[in-house]
Parts: sequence; structure tokens; C-alpha cells
Amino acid sequence: MDLYEYQAKELFAKHGVPTQPGKVVTTADEAFNAATSYGVPVVIKAQVKTGGRGKAGGVKLAQNPAEAREKSEQILGMDIKGHTVLKVLVTPAEDIKEEYYASILVDRSQRKYLAMLSLAGGVDIEEVAAKTPEKLAKVLLDPLTPLSQQQAIDLAQRAGLSDSLHQSFADLFLGLWRVFSEEDALLVEVNPLALIADGRLVALDGKVTIDDNALFRHPEDAAFADAATVDPLEERAHEKGLHYVKLDGDVGVIGNGAGLVMSTLDVVSYAGESHGGAKPANFLDIGGGASAQVMADGLEIVLSDPQVKAVFINVFGGITACDAVANGIVEAVNLLKVQGKELKHPLVVRLDGNNAELGRDILRKANIPGVELVDTMDSAADRVAELARKAA
Amino acid sequence: MAVWLDSRSRIIVQGITGAEGLKHAKRMTNAGSVVVGGVTPGKGGQSVDLGSASVPVFNSVSEAMAATGANVSVMFVPAAFSRAAMCEAVDAGIPLLVAITEGIPVHDSAFAVSYALASGKTRIIGPNCPGISSPGLSNAGIIPADITGPGPIGLVSKSGTLTYQLMYELSDIGFSTCVGIGGDPIAGTTLIDVLGAFESDPATSMVVMIGEIGGDAEERAADYIRDHMSKPVVGYVAGFTAPEGKTMGHAGAIVSGSKGTAAAKQTALEAAGVKVGRTPSQTARLAREIKR
Repeated sequence: MDLYEYQAKELFAKHGVPTQPGKVVTTADEAFNAATSYGVPVVIKAQVKTGGRGKAGGVKLAQNPAEAREKSEQILGMDIKGHTVLKVLVTPAEDIKEEYYASILVDRSQRKYLAMLSLAGGVDIEEVAAKTPEKLAKVLLDPLTPLSQQQAIDLAQRAGLSDSLHQSFADLFLGLWRVFSEEDALLVEVNPLALIADGRLVALDGKVTIDDNALFRHPEDAAFADAATVDPLEERAHEKGLHYVKLDGDVGVIGNGAGLVMSTLDVVSYAGESHGGAKPANFLDIGGGASAQVMADGLEIVLSDPQVKAVFINVFGGITACDAVANGIVEAVNLLKVQGKELKHPLVVRLDGNNAELGRDILRKANIPGVELVDTMDSAADRVAELARKAA
Repeated sequence: MAVWLDSRSRIIVQGITGAEGLKHAKRMTNAGSVVVGGVTPGKGGQSVDLGSASVPVFNSVSEAMAATGANVSVMFVPAAFSRAAMCEAVDAGIPLLVAITEGIPVHDSAFAVSYALASGKTRIIGPNCPGISSPGLSNAGIIPADITGPGPIGLVSKSGTLTYQLMYELSDIGFSTCVGIGGDPIAGTTLIDVLGAFESDPATSMVVMIGEIGGDAEERAADYIRDHMSKPVVGYVAGFTAPEGKTMGHAGAIVSGSKGTAAAKQTALEAAGVKVGRTPSQTARLAREIKR
């Protein structure tokens, strides 16, 4: 889970990383009040979970409360790379002398943690890394031992940070380490890390990604979840324990196993190339050992997406038994009938593996109008793309 | 011959008294694997019925190894307790630890994997993986044993069901060993580890490698194949249509900005001379052509 800047800064403050005061507001009037209470020029910052908001016009300086109201009005409701701005952060403007970049992240290929510092902060760090890699100092950290003061100072030295700042940087960076390790973060990033005219180092921005698998250790993090930006279908699927991701197309996809479902999305898109551009409407993994009930839940969610015109159920029975999947399909269709809904869209089903023949038999005998069995994944994708286009 | 798992493998199950652990201990036994016992702290001295045999339960991996001569552990311990269970297996010096558990926090996996690497004794496969299967010899994990028989193909994959799909499509040719390395950001065994093992395994004459979006393991594997592999490799990458910034089922399957895309992985693999299939079935056809 990615956090908003203001949430990241809450964690920074909790672990002793210097940040600025700030108020999160949702209306221009509240921004006016916040600016009034600070009594100094403020910065209005769009709260969105994506980079590049400065370039997009989502960060503006306001000299006085009236300007704060005006600029907040411009920013609230703005679209930044598909993210609508619903909140802005109002913070006192700082007299910035220099801008640095600092981060700690999980290095997947080295299977260690990676600490980074660059004096060329305040800009897109991927560009710095690509064009002037010598300006980005890196230290690999062993997951078996906590970050030491000395490692933080080594990083400062390698980056060329002036000696007088080594101690305050090490203190700040150890705070970032505590956010990373104690909050189960996958990424902690500060850009810019600002040197203020009075000599302080301050985290002016913050980006933190929390490991969803560690939420059981951090029940308080549930407050970070953001109902306003979660797709309602994704929310419902999540409540039922299903991995569902909403996409833009018209072919509903249900499968078992993350890899097979990702592959199914691709195969449907390829098939769509010869069928008027049909595309997958969603990712839905019913998981290993899926029962009839899970299939019924999944089908119900996919069919409640108004964009869906046809559904592809693609199952390879490993642990999952195909007869259970077939029973789930029959059950789900019956359930719809009980609710007074007919199966509005065709279902194309491909079953292979564990008890595949039993599963196919169940579907043949049930003889549900609109349900078609197809032998292979590729030809099933072709058929479902064709059906989706006919219905569109 | 096979890779890491063969007829000498003696398997214990960590978490054998749990529903999943017991179910799969039975399945492994039915598939002909030698399951010699299990571990559940506090339940030492009990035994569990695996159908054809009853096996003892121990309080710790080291007790289980001492009593049974086990050299493989398959772990089904819940995510919250997995770090401790993995480190315990490493301390006991088990040569192979197959971590099936899904949903382990990344910091816990990073710790346990580093712990195993530092020990120099234990290879972890996974976590969040289907395990390893050497058809006809042994099966450690949840890969169905009846899809295919022994043969010359080595298979390595980040995905469980795509592993099964390819095993099924190429079942007439057969496999030396199939290794599911798992879909988490931190893996105990990498694509490169498995490729290296296949390169030196006399029973393997070609390799099928299944990757997916996220990270750069496939790009690194491509470099390795170009520089170190003499055996032909056929590849497949899932997730061309995955949107940026969304986790697709597997915790590690995420495109971040311009990084970790399927297209970049395909390009890197093809540049290294790997034939990459557009669909799983096409990948199977490519493998078949090379076999001929």
C-alpha cells in the first residue's frame, strides 16, 4: 500500500525524522484557515499517490491566505496521471538552500536493502540514476543487521555531503531506517530532503510503501487505507478474499493462479486484435483449491461490472478440482436466477487438469444457455473476444 | 539424475498437523515421495496418518532430522510464524527447505533468506511457491504429481498454475525437474540458480523458463543464459497487459514506473537468443520444435 505524503510524514514524525508542520484539507476555505493560522507564506501540495505532481501543477506557493484559497481551488479536483486530487497539504514555506534525495528500499535482485543518497535531489531521481549515476551514492544493507550510525555516515561521505552535516544526516537517516524496519515498509523515500537556510535538514516530501502482508503486525495502519480511491468492485472482492483488479476492457476474466490469470489477460488482448479490440475487464484469481462458493462469488463480482460483455473462465486444475469449479459455475447461475437475474452474458469455459473430464461433464449436463466449453486456452480466448464484440 | 530432489530425498513437513500441511503430506506420499515425519512445536510425540503410513511428529526440525534422516523440509506454517520456522530449519542444517506459505512479510523473507545464505547449508525454494517436483523420483510441495512423467525438460517458473499448464502441454516429452521459485519479491532460489543447476544436470537437455512482470530477475537470467548456458532455453513472460502500479495477485508481480514490464523482459530474453512464446501453448510448441 502506497501512502500519501501526509501519512508518510506522520510516520516520519513518529520515528523522529524532522518534517514540517502541515494541515490536510479538502476545501479551499479550510486551506484559507490553515494559511491564516500559520501566518506565513505556505505551499499547497496535491495529495496523490503518483510522482510528477509538481510538473503537473499540483504544488503551488501562496503568499497569503487569500492566495492559499485561490490556489487550493485550482488544485482540488485536478487530475494528475489519472488520480483525482481530493486533499491538499498546506505547509509553511521554507527558505530552502539545497535539495537532496534519500531513500531505503528492498533490492529484489540483491535480496538485501539498499540505502541511497544524492545531493542532486528535488528532481526525478530515475533520471539522475540513468544520466549521472556517480551522483547517486548507494550502500547495500544486510537484512540480518540493523543500520548503524557508521553506515549512515559512510553514505553521507560517498554522496559528498559536507562534513558539518554528517551527524544530523545520520540522525535523520536512522529515523528513516526505523520507519523502514519497524513499520514494515518496502520503500521509504525523501525527495527533496532539504537543507534549510538556518542549517537544519528537513524531509520536505515523503513517500512510503507499506507491505500489505505485514498488516497483521500493524493493525493501526488500517487507518491509512483510502476508501475514496478504491474501486467498489475491488473492495467487494477483497472482502470475499479474492484477488481482483479492475481493468478497462469488456471481457471478464476468472482463473486460478496469479500467473495463469495474467497470462489469460494477455491471451484475451491478443485475441482482441482480430476481434475489434476486445480487452480484459479485470484480473480475478480464485486461488488454489477453489471451492464452488469461491467460483460463485467471483462470477457474481465479474458480472456486476457494467462494462463486461462476455466472461472467460480459465482454469487449470492443480489442487483446484475442475468438478468443483463446474459446480461453482452451475451454482452461481442458479443463484442469479433466484435473485431474479438471468445470465445476461455468455460464459466461455476452459477446464484442464485435475478432474477436467468430470467438470466438463457437469457443465454439459447442466446445459446452461450461454455457457460454452472450449478445449484450449488460445481458442477459448478467441471465442470470448468474438462474443464480447458481437454483444458490444 | 535430477536437480536438488531425487529418490534419496527424505521429506518432513513443517506444520504437518495443520489442514494444508496434512493434506499435502498425504498427497506427496500418494505420489510416491518419501515423507518421513513432520514438525509442529508442542505436538512432538504424536503421529499423523498419511494413508499408507503413519509418521511421527516432532517439536523441532533438528529432532526430526536426527530421528528420521530427513534432508528436505516442506513448510506450510502460517505467514506470521514463517520467519521463525525458516530460521529454525536453517539452524538445524536442513539442505533443502521448500517454503510454500503465501503472504509472508517481505522483511521476514529477506531475513530468513539472508540467514540461509549466510549459513551456507540450506537452500530455500520460495516462499509463496508450489515447490519442486522431479517426476518419477520425488515431489516436495503442492505440484500435482500426475500431470507428467520423467523426461529431458527442466522447468523453472515464478507461477504455479503456469507451471502445471506447461507440464501438461509437454507431458508426452516429460521433465527432469520442475522448480516453482515463487512470486514474492524476495526468493530463496533465483531463476539463475535453477538455470545453473539445469546446465550441469545430465538429465536435463533443455529448459523452459516462465517469468512474469516485476523486478528484473528475467533480465538477469537473460544475461546468464547468454554467458553461461549451452542448453537451449525457451521462455514465456506473463503480464503484457498488466497496468502500472497494480499488484497482480503475486506480491512481486507489479510494474513500477517503467520498470519490470513484460516487454522489457521479452526483449532481454530474445537478445540473449531465447525463443519467447506469446502464449503458454505457443511456448510449448517452441519447446517441441527444439526437442525435434
